[in-house]
Amino acid sequence: MATIEINGKVVEARDGAMLIEAAAEAGFAIPHFCYHRKLTIAASCRMCLVEVEKAPKPLPACATPVSDGMKVQTRSPKALAAQKAVMEFLLINHPLDCPICDQGGECDLQELAVGYGGDVTRFAEGKRVVGDPDLGPLIATEMTRCIHCTRCVRFIAEIAGTRELGAPGRGEHMHITSWLGGQVGSELSGNVIDLCPVGALTSKPFRFRARAWELNARPAVAMHDGLGANLWFDTLRGQVLRARPRDNEAVNECWLSDRDRFACAGLHSDDRLRQPLLRDRNGWREAGWDEALPRAAQLLRNIVDNRGGEQLAALAAPSQSAEEYYLLQKLLRALGSPHIEHRLRQGCFTAQEAMPLMPGLGMAPEALQAGDAFLMVGCHLRKEQPLLNHRVRQAVLNGAAAMAINPVVWPSNYPLAAEQTVAPSRLAGALAEVAQALAGGEAGGEAAAMAERLRDAEQPLILVGAVAQMGEYLGAILAQAMQVAEACGGRVAFLPEGGNSAAAWLAGAVPHRGVAGSHAPTVGKHLRQLYAEPVAGLLLLGIEPERDSLDPAAMARLLEAAEGVVALAAYDSPLLREHADVILPLATWAESAGTQINHAGLWQSYRGAVAAPGEARPGWKVLRVLGNLLDLDGFDFNAADEVLAELRAAVDRQGAFAPTPWPAVALPDAPASVEAVAALSPYSVDAMVRRSPPLQAASDAPQPCCRVHPALAERLGRPQRVRVGDGAASAVLALEIDERVADGCIVVPTAIAETALLGALTGAISVEQAA
Amino acid sequence: MMVQSRNPAADQGMTELSEQSLAEIDRWIAKYPVDQRQSAVMAALRIAQEQNGGWLNRALIEAVADYLGMSPIEVEEVATFYSMYELKPVGRHKICVCTNISCLLRGSDEVVAHLEQRLGIRMGETTADGRFTLKEVECLGACVNAPMFQIGRDYHENLTPERIDAILDRLD
Ligand code: SF4
Ligand code: FES
Ligand code: FES
Repeated sequence: MATIEINGKVVEARDGAMLIEAAAEAGFAIPHFCYHRKLTIAASCRMCLVEVEKAPKPLPACATPVSDGMKVQTRSPKALAAQKAVMEFLLINHPLDCPICDQGGECDLQELAVGYGGDVTRFAEGKRVVGDPDLGPLIATEMTRCIHCTRCVRFIAEIAGTRELGAPGRGEHMHITSWLGGQVGSELSGNVIDLCPVGALTSKPFRFRARAWELNARPAVAMHDGLGANLWFDTLRGQVLRARPRDNEAVNECWLSDRDRFACAGLHSDDRLRQPLLRDRNGWREAGWDEALPRAAQLLRNIVDNRGGEQLAALAAPSQSAEEYYLLQKLLRALGSPHIEHRLRQGCFTAQEAMPLMPGLGMAPEALQAGDAFLMVGCHLRKEQPLLNHRVRQAVLNGAAAMAINPVVWPSNYPLAAEQTVAPSRLAGALAEVAQALAGGEAGGEAAAMAERLRDAEQPLILVGAVAQMGEYLGAILAQAMQVAEACGGRVAFLPEGGNSAAAWLAGAVPHRGVAGSHAPTVGKHLRQLYAEPVAGLLLLGIEPERDSLDPAAMARLLEAAEGVVALAAYDSPLLREHADVILPLATWAESAGTQINHAGLWQSYRGAVAAPGEARPGWKVLRVLGNLLDLDGFDFNAADEVLAELRAAVDRQGAFAPTPWPAVALPDAPASVEAVAALSPYSVDAMVRRSPPLQAASDAPQPCCRVHPALAERLGRPQRVRVGDGAASAVLALEIDERVADGCIVVPTAIAETALLGALTGAISVEQAA
Repeated sequence: MMVQSRNPAADQGMTELSEQSLAEIDRWIAKYPVDQRQSAVMAALRIAQEQNGGWLNRALIEAVADYLGMSPIEVEEVATFYSMYELKPVGRHKICVCTNISCLLRGSDEVVAHLEQRLGIRMGETTADGRFTLKEVECLGACVNAPMFQIGRDYHENLTPERIDAILDRLD
């Protein structure tokens, strides 16, 4: 510790701390632009100049480490003169366009200019004008306003890890741009909007929509990956206009992924359902809740009375609230049905009894940063869980080893210590080799290298991701991952793609377990069993059936086979219109109270930021009324909190959970023909994201094309287009040759219209040249 | 003043680093620790520029970036920071005229006027036959014999219109 004096106040500061930090802790704000606590120090703006005793000239507080006995003046005449001089220089080239600048009202430069700027400019010469690069659909540029703080460049290099922005030119010619002015592809790119202290980089979708001071900031929790990033929804007249990060060091720090930031553009899309819909002889008609709810209840009642409770099933999207999952399973189980499922994109259920209480990391995201070995299996961590990937990247920069066994070599933003590229059917086998090597057996080069790094690590972590989840080999992969973990003293983290999967597991929205892993008296049918043996009645929660299932064709057949379908849905869907009988408009998580449970098992509750459109209502309320109308006990809730309290009490009562031991799952055989790899774009994961125009225009948006290794392309005759799938259920797609794909595999996009009929994109698939 | 990205002239010129250039770049890489290949970026750009007749194009910047494991924008930062890298085609002979203080005091404006008049181009331009480019530079450290200019690797000092004519007459 160093004892220093700031403005006459004696302050204890951490050794190595910069003056700006020590001053902030002591309650003295020093004006600054380029300094940011999460970025390296550039000391380029000079706004933070302060007077330090015995130093001949003012020193930049952001780049001056404290030392014992230092005496600092932040507001002395000398310091103020320096700060004002810097401000005058900064304003020389800054345009006076605040009235038409989106940053106006939340601009660091504007605010500090009020305190440190002059009233009249002494600069009569021409100002500098800078051309604007088009950085893509997310970030608007107005580079004449840039003050060259380089926060954006440092963020993209240091946190996003892609070095896509730079500052070419020198002196007056220096300007911020991307290579050839092209689009920025990082999944974290939107953070430069918050970081830019002026209006040079602003949000493109939010451009000219509102002034900062007109907005109401409402806290929320993002529901597009399992992290549950904390954010602010800025609202105006009942609309969410933008999302900004809400600081939470334990979860998202001060960052947001682009998906969490820009998904809200899909919230107010035209196809939101606003009114309950009933099907009668003449087709669909709008109805009031007072008519629709009894109709829905009656429909469910008829199925149960006439066909038996086990002829009813409930399916929920993996990004609903914990409260909704809890009530849904309570309702179903009270009606005598054990068939509750949310794992709509899971391809294999063989090991479900051995699954832990809920999927996830089992540790705080922060702890990842201290990890020393990571093995990603069937996991495109960077795009699936962008902010977890950022933590892993930080660990790698600190010396950790990251390794991957994947069907595709995805571009990583950190070096991988070892890598194997194998077909999905071989993922488990590759893990088995690593386990063997750990046990001292013979193993190939990469497997041996992986084993060595895992063995040397204190806390090895095996991350099984959505790519594994979407295949029929998940059970084998998880079983082998457990073997590896046991052999190296590590742990397995299963990270499904759903935004609230952990809550679904915990609240009992699975067919084989009750709330908090409690014993289910009857084990219900999981999704594949339901596809094989459909039931008479379906209750759907938050599902867009044509996009939310790994196998949309089977989902369509399931809906078709049902006699009665009640759907709670936020967005309209042709398949629902075709097969449902009652459609009840649902509020999204942005419009209702609820709880997200993240990878770390952290419960995060939120309230609705805006009212749902039209007559749409929160799912927990609809389910509660359905419970009442069906005369079921225990549905008298007045608020989401009460539902949550009941869930919490049930979890607390349940105590420790012990899953069954991992079954020995045989290593799968590779299919004889070409093998499919389902590619789920990060901007296809849920209905809201799929409707966000800026995300759909971004470079990670789904592309309707397949990719194969050059060797397979050769065997197929190097066609431009291929037909994938059989007979009627086939699709013709463009073919791209990509040597990063494992040979023998074809990467086919899932959750897009073009491949909706193909069935689950896993295992063997027929591929041929298309005309 | 308008600042535009002066992206290197797109499609002309060579698109790959030659075997010889790569070998030369390797010699520079060898001077630095193995994990710091990018330290060789300035040398690599100079080599690429020489290979391409005195200027750098987009493909070569990308090639240098790729070879050194850098991103192209990083290499562009270097290439646009130092004035000795050219981002447009230049003439066979690049005449770098110092117009800094000592040379100015000793009549560099006459040197400039004479060159512009003789070659029929302005500073920063290249003659139509591709022989000469005129470039204004800062102090080259030869103030004792100001005014001066540099052509290729040679300094020419104590310039007068006659000397300039004699020097240019000797060039092809
Ligand atoms: S664009 Fe913004 S963040 Fe980037 S250097 Fe300029 S002022 Fe700083
Ligand atoms: S904040 Fe210290 S120099 Fe910019
Ligand atoms: S001023 Fe011309 S060489 Fe120094």
